[in-house]
Amino acid sequence: MEKNTVSKPRRQVSRRNFLKGFGGGALGAAVAPRLWTQESDTLRTDSGDVPVFTTKQVTFSLNGRSVTLVVEPRDTLLDVLRERFNLTGAKKICDRGECGGCTVLMDGRPIYACMYPAVRAQGANITTIEGLAIKDNLHPVQQAFIEKDGYQCGFCTPGFIMTSAAFLSQNQEPTRAEIQAALSGNLCRCGNYVKIFEAVESAAKKIRGA
Amino acid sequence: MDTKRHIDDWEISSRLFDEETGEIGADIPPAPPAEEPQDFKHIGARTPRIDGRKIVTGSAPYTQDIKLRGMLIGKILRSPHAKAEIVSVDLSGAKSLKGIKAVLQLAEGKVDFAGQQVAAVAAVDENTAEEALRLIRVEYKPLPFVVQEGRAMADDAPQVYDDRPNVQPYRDYKRGDVEAGFKQADVVLERTYKTSVEIHHPAETHSSIAKWEGDRLTVWDSTQAVHSVRNALASALQMPFSRVKVIKQYMGGGFGSKLALSNQTVVAAKLARISGHPVKIILSRKDNSLCVGNRPSTVQKMKGGVKKDGTITALTLVNHTSGGLRRGDSCSIPFMEVYRCENCTVDDITVYMNTGASRPTRAPGHTQGTFGYDGFMDELAAAIDMDPLEFRRKNYTENNLGGTGIPYSSKGLNQCYDLGAEAIGWERRNRRPGEGSGKIRRGLGMATQIWGGAGVPGTLADLMIYPDGSVEIKCGTQDIGCGTRTHMAVVAAEALGLDPRDITVKLGDSDYPYAPISGGSLTTPSVAPAVRDAALKAAEALKRIAAQKLEVPAESLVLADGKVFDPDNQEKTIAYSELFQGQERPRRETVFHGERKGLPPGYAYNSFGAHFVEVEVDTETGRIRVLKVVAAHEVGRIINRQTAESQVVGGVTQGISATLFEQRIIDGTIGSLVNPNLRDYKIATSLDVPEIIPIFVDMVDPRINILGTKGLGEPPRIPISAAIGNAVYNAIGVPIREIPMTPDRVLSAWNQKEVG
Repeated sequence: MEKNTVSKPRRQVSRRNFLKGFGGGALGAAVAPRLWTQESDTLRTDSGDVPVFTTKQVTFSLNGRSVTLVVEPRDTLLDVLRERFNLTGAKKICDRGECGGCTVLMDGRPIYACMYPAVRAQGANITTIEGLAIKDNLHPVQQAFIEKDGYQCGFCTPGFIMTSAAFLSQNQEPTRAEIQAALSGNLCRCGNYVKIFEAVESAAKKIRGA
Repeated sequence: MDTKRHIDDWEISSRLFDEETGEIGADIPPAPPAEEPQDFKHIGARTPRIDGRKIVTGSAPYTQDIKLRGMLIGKILRSPHAKAEIVSVDLSGAKSLKGIKAVLQLAEGKVDFAGQQVAAVAAVDENTAEEALRLIRVEYKPLPFVVQEGRAMADDAPQVYDDRPNVQPYRDYKRGDVEAGFKQADVVLERTYKTSVEIHHPAETHSSIAKWEGDRLTVWDSTQAVHSVRNALASALQMPFSRVKVIKQYMGGGFGSKLALSNQTVVAAKLARISGHPVKIILSRKDNSLCVGNRPSTVQKMKGGVKKDGTITALTLVNHTSGGLRRGDSCSIPFMEVYRCENCTVDDITVYMNTGASRPTRAPGHTQGTFGYDGFMDELAAAIDMDPLEFRRKNYTENNLGGTGIPYSSKGLNQCYDLGAEAIGWERRNRRPGEGSGKIRRGLGMATQIWGGAGVPGTLADLMIYPDGSVEIKCGTQDIGCGTRTHMAVVAAEALGLDPRDITVKLGDSDYPYAPISGGSLTTPSVAPAVRDAALKAAEALKRIAAQKLEVPAESLVLADGKVFDPDNQEKTIAYSELFQGQERPRRETVFHGERKGLPPGYAYNSFGAHFVEVEVDTETGRIRVLKVVAAHEVGRIINRQTAESQVVGGVTQGISATLFEQRIIDGTIGSLVNPNLRDYKIATSLDVPEIIPIFVDMVDPRINILGTKGLGEPPRIPISAAIGNAVYNAIGVPIREIPMTPDRVLSAWNQKEVG
C-alpha cells in the first residue's frame, strides 16, 4: 500500500487517514459499491481507481441500544465512540493497534477500536466498558480488578477488562499461562500484570461459582 | 539530605528549598516522634481503592476524556531536523483554512532537536487541525548536529550549545584518599557499565485543556504536580499565581515525565486566549518519544579495591551521562552511600546532544547507578571468591556516606537480606559464576536498594467535618496511580473511627492546601502525616464536644463507627451527626489543619531494599528469561498493603522491561528517532513477567514523621537491573555490563568467554 502513487485528490488525504479509512485497502475494493452510497471522488492508485466516499450512514447496536449515525470513511470506531457518543472508557494510547487500550467487544470478540473503521461496524453488536456492568452490578471481572488491585493508573484498565471478559466467556478454568497469552495484546505501562493475572483468576472463580 | 538533593535536582519550587541555608522546610519544626506500632484497623491493612469502581467502569475522567462547551482541538507542528536554522515560516495557508481559530508561531531562529515545537493551531476538530499543520510551510537550513553520546564527546563534534562545550562536569564528591586505599587492596578492578536512554511512555500521553474566564485561567493538565505547574504556568504567562488553577483528577501514568510544566500546557493556554475558546491538546505517542523527557544514558567507569577479607578499600566512579539538551543523571548517590568504604571519589559529567531534554524518570540516577555499582560489587566479590551476599553484609554500615557520615534514622536492610535470601532459596545459587553446564543455564543474583523518600515538611491537609458529621479531607496532592486517594481515606478513617469509604477525599486541585510534586517517593510520607495530624486534631475536638454533651471526661471517650462513646458506659454515646446539632452551636462546618512537620536533624532518612532474582539464560539464542523475583523492602510503616504490593510489582516489571528490552534508537546520520511507537520501542508484555513476591520489613521509623512511613514509589525500580545482571553472571559466568541485555549482547559476551 505504501508504494502506491496517489493522484492528488481534490480533498487532501493524509496517508495515515487514508490507510485508516480504507482498512488496508482490500475493503475499499470489496465492499465499497454496496455499502458506500454517498457522494464520491475518485482516487487513482496502481491497482486501479478507487472510489472515495465522504460520508456513510451506519447502524449498529451499542451497549444494547440501536444507534444510527453518519460517519466519514476515515473515522475510526474509537473516535466515534469517544467523540460522538462520549463513551470515553476506551482509551487512545498508541493509536495504531499496539497496546489494546481501546479494546471493545464486537459480537463478543475483543477488537482494537483505534484500527477499526466505524463504517465496518454496520450491523454489529458493540459492547464498551460502559456497557459491561448490568446497572449497579459489576461484571465479575470488574469486581475482581477492584478486589485484587488489578490496576495502577487505570488508563489501560478498560482495555484489559474487556479482553479478560471476552476471554473468560470462552474459558472459565484458565491456567496462568493461558491468561498471559490471552492478555498479550494489551500493554500495562505501570507494569501491574501480576496483579491483573490474579484478578482474572479470581474473576474466573466467581464466574464458575455463579 | 537525600531528599534535598532530589528536590534540588528536580528544580522544584523555591518554597521548599531555602537557597540561603540549603535546608528544606528549615522554618518548620521537627516532627514529634513516630507513634509506636499500634493495633491499627485500617493503616497497614489491605484496603481496596475507594475510586476502584470509577476506574473499572471507565467513568474516571482523565484529562483526555474531558470535553468542554465550544472546545477546540490544538495541534503542534514539530521540527523534523535535529538542528537547523529556520529560514522562514509561512502560516498563511493554515490561517485561511476554514475551521481554524488560532495559529501561533512557537520557534524562530533555530531548532535544536527533532521534535522541537515550531508552530501550533487550534481548530474545530482534530482533522481540521491536522490539515492546517500540513499547510504550514517552514523552510529550514539544516545545520551540523550530534545525537550519539560517543560522537558528542569527540573534539571535532558539532557544538550543541553556543555558550558551553558538549562535555560538562556537574557534580563531584570526594572523601578520604583513594590512592592510599588502592595501595591497601589485594585486588583492584576497573570496569565500565553502560545504560541506554529510556522513554517514560506513560499510557496517557501528555495532555492539557485550557479555559479562560476573563483574566482567570483554569487548566486541566495531565500532571504530577498541580501546585508547581500552577506556579510555573503563571510565571510563563506573566500573571499572578492566584489567577491560575490547575486540576488533575485522574492520570494515566507519568513516571517523572509529567513533573514539570510541559510546553503543550503553555501552548494550550495561549491558543485559548487567542481564540476565545477552551483548547485541548493531546500529544501523540510519537511526541511522547521525542519531546517530553527521557531517562539519560550513562557510561560508568568504575575502579574498586578490595582486601581478601572483603574490605572495600577504595572506590572511584567517572560517569558520562547524556540527557540530550538537558543534563544527564548523577549516578553517584548509591555509589558513595551504600557500602562501607572510607576512600571514594565520584565525577558526574554531562554530555549534551541534539535530542529531546531529559526529565526525571522513576528513581533518576539511582536506577542506572545501581546497575553499575552493584554489578561491579559482584565482580569484586568473585575476584576474592566471596559469596555476593556475604560480601555485602561484610560492608554493611549504619551510617550514611559509606559509614563515614551520620546515622540512618532507621535501616531495615539486613532484614531485607534475610527475608529475600530465604524466599528465593539463595543456597541454590552456583557457588562460582557460570559453574553449571548445558545449553540453558540458571543463576541467582541479588542487589541492594537505597533511596530518600522522607517526604516534604510543610505539606498541608485540611479535614472538614460538616454539620451532619460527614468528613472530607482536602490536599493539593495528586493520585498518579499509587492510590493516594485511598491512603488519605485510610489515614483519616483510622483516627476518626470511620470506614475509608465514608471519607470524601479531594485532591488534584491547586486551590487545595499545598502538597509537593508526586515524584521521588515523596507523596505518602508527605501527605499521610499531614492527614494524620489533621485527623487527630479533629478526633480530639469531637471528643471534647461529646464530653460536654455526654457529661463525661473527654479522656474516657473513644471514636468508632461514626460515634463517640464511653466504652465503660454504653449509654454515653453520641453520633457525629448529632454533635453539631442544637441551638448552642451554629450549623457550620469545622476545619482542622494538618501539617507534615520537619525532619529532626542529625540523622539520614533513607529507605532500603534488596531484590533476589532467578534467571535462565539460553546460551544458543542469548535470550534471558526472568523466572522469579523476590523484592524485599523496608519503607517504614506500610499504609495500605494492597497498593504497596502493586507499587512493588510495577517497579519490578518496569525494571525487567528496561533491563531486557528498552532503548531509544536514533539514526546518527539523519538524526531522527527510529522507534517512536510501542511496537518498535519494546516494553514488557504479559508474557515477559515472572512470579514476583513482594516482602515488606514491617518497622516504624522513630523520627521521620508521626506515622514512621517512608516513600515506596522509586525503591522497587532501583535494584532490579543489577539483580538480573548478577543472576545472569551467576548463570553464565560472564557479566553483561550494558542494558538492555539484548540477545546479541548476551551472545557476544558468551562467545568471548568461550573463546577465552
